[in-house]
Amino acid sequence: MNDFRTSILPAAARLVVPVQCVFSIYLLLRGHNLPGGGFIGGLVLASALVLRAMVAPSRAPKFDLIVLSGIGLLVALASAAMPWLGGGTFFTGLWGGQIWLPTVGKIKLGTPLLFDIGVFLVVTGVAAKLLLVLMSQTDESDA
Amino acid sequence: MDFQPIALPIALPLLAVGLLLCLRRAGEPVRHAINILSCVAQAVVAVILYLRVSADGVQALRSGSWPAPFGITLVADLFSAVMVLVTAVIGLGSALYAAGYGTGKFRGYFAPLYQALLLGVNGSFLTGDLFNLYVWFEVMLMSSFVLVALPGGRPQFEAAVKYLTLNFIASAFFLVGLGVLYGMTGTLNMADLSVKIAALGDNGLILSSAVLFLVAFGIKAGVFPFYFWLPSSYHVTPTPVAALFAGLLTKVGVYACARVFTLVYGGQQEFLAPLLLAIGVLTMITGVFGAASQFFIPRILSFHIISQIGYMIIGIGFFTRAALAATVFYVVHHILVKANLFLIGGVIGRRTGSQELSMTGGLYKKAPWLAILFLIPAMSLGGIPPLSGFFAKFVLVREGLAIGQGWVIAAALAVGLLTLYSMVKIWNEAFWKDAPLGDRQPDRKVPFLMLAPCVALAACTITFGIFPGVFLDVADRAAAQLTDPTAYIEAVLPSSPPSPAEP
Repeated sequence: MNDFRTSILPAAARLVVPVQCVFSIYLLLRGHNLPGGGFIGGLVLASALVLRAMVAPSRAPKFDLIVLSGIGLLVALASAAMPWLGGGTFFTGLWGGQIWLPTVGKIKLGTPLLFDIGVFLVVTGVAAKLLLVLMSQTDESDA
Repeated sequence: MDFQPIALPIALPLLAVGLLLCLRRAGEPVRHAINILSCVAQAVVAVILYLRVSADGVQALRSGSWPAPFGITLVADLFSAVMVLVTAVIGLGSALYAAGYGTGKFRGYFAPLYQALLLGVNGSFLTGDLFNLYVWFEVMLMSSFVLVALPGGRPQFEAAVKYLTLNFIASAFFLVGLGVLYGMTGTLNMADLSVKIAALGDNGLILSSAVLFLVAFGIKAGVFPFYFWLPSSYHVTPTPVAALFAGLLTKVGVYACARVFTLVYGGQQEFLAPLLLAIGVLTMITGVFGAASQFFIPRILSFHIISQIGYMIIGIGFFTRAALAATVFYVVHHILVKANLFLIGGVIGRRTGSQELSMTGGLYKKAPWLAILFLIPAMSLGGIPPLSGFFAKFVLVREGLAIGQGWVIAAALAVGLLTLYSMVKIWNEAFWKDAPLGDRQPDRKVPFLMLAPCVALAACTITFGIFPGVFLDVADRAAAQLTDPTAYIEAVLPSSPPSPAEP
């Protein structure tokens, strides 16, 4: 891991990382009809995780990022399979009510949102894993 | 609840990938078990899908319930169903073999990548949308690239870079072709394209998009002059991976050619036929000569993939029902035989310590059963009756003579003879001659799991040879659907008028 210990980066990261985390959720939730979505949100969250790890290697994610993307795949598949289990066609959108959130606005709940959450997890896991492996110059034997 | 067997060959491997990634800390036996179980489930689903298509005709599934030209439609005609079935058989065989072979070098990622590759292959066979086909190609490319590169080592990286670069070029050609086609017609649904291109009539841009696709699929299929990535990458991969690649990856390119050039470019066949025939003949000849000069078993077999692809391309180039039936039969026969030869090559390598022909020998004395096991697919590849390869070649030759393409047939028969030469070379070197190291020649035990798939696949080859009528009949019905795509279009676009005058 490169040595990024200046005083500027940690100070900036302390401010930026929480904003990135919230913003990634914001992008995820508004993505169905507006610019955003699981893919972009996942990239933003991954960059937050990587920034934290850059500032202090001890803050690298403790959970297995590959498992996270595996869970994401299963969530996405579940969203596609749910209408099938209900007797419909694969990938048919099932909608169940809507909620209102500040700044994001109206969110329709349903399988498309679940699919986006799956994509969000896959992209977060894979992108963060890629960047962290490339950053750690040593060969990660279990990567 | 409708069972929807069309979606399951895609959903099952995806489920397996997700599970395998979540369980990546579980032991290797667990991962192999999930891998094999998923393949068994895919085989069951493939049989159900085949039976349904065979009984009820072309099946279509509008994913997301979006109507046809707008949403992505999954379509299974007889050709698709047969390909999905063979994929499941080879997938299961190689998965069992891999469990015996050992996949420690893949650091836990073998099984998820393997399932991702099957996902891409099944998706390619079932999609009814050209852009979706591109996406499945990318799924296949990514998983197969990592399967080549992951074991590490210089030759693996060299092979992976060549493989990736050339396939990226293929993707670029594919994308440009898609752009041209979409600009012309405003759709990429294959059934819709078929109708719209027929209405457009002859047009330079349509032909140029056809040639762009020919290059893209040609690189994937490994035809002349784009084949060189194939023999420089397959031989460095572990045997179960090489068998899966050899069986399936190039055949996806052949499938795409057969599908697109009969369905989408049905009216452009006069332009395409001479191109395909010339490419097919040159592919056969260069492939077989390449094989004759090699002495490393996987490399010999890799060059033979190329020469055999030539036969399939010729079958497409004739564009008649009987010739397409020959192609369908040939593809299935070749997948079973070629994957089996790679697997048996791996068994030879395991027993004698090397797949380099100069280092092998004496196997006939030690393992006569292995010699016979090798002889079945090898003679089938060479086209010796009564094995499957003979009937594949016979149907093609008969049709070629019937429509007066004697020179193509002459080339095909000469290449068949040279194929036999290569197979006999392996036979002589690995089985017949004395062991080069005498008593010091290693003679390791081969696990049962590596042998069982070889025996099962050889049994398939023999079954094809004993009951060729049954399988030729299926191939003929599949070819009938290819030559007359009305049923396909009707299944995808139920309300389409007979001849719409689209702008």
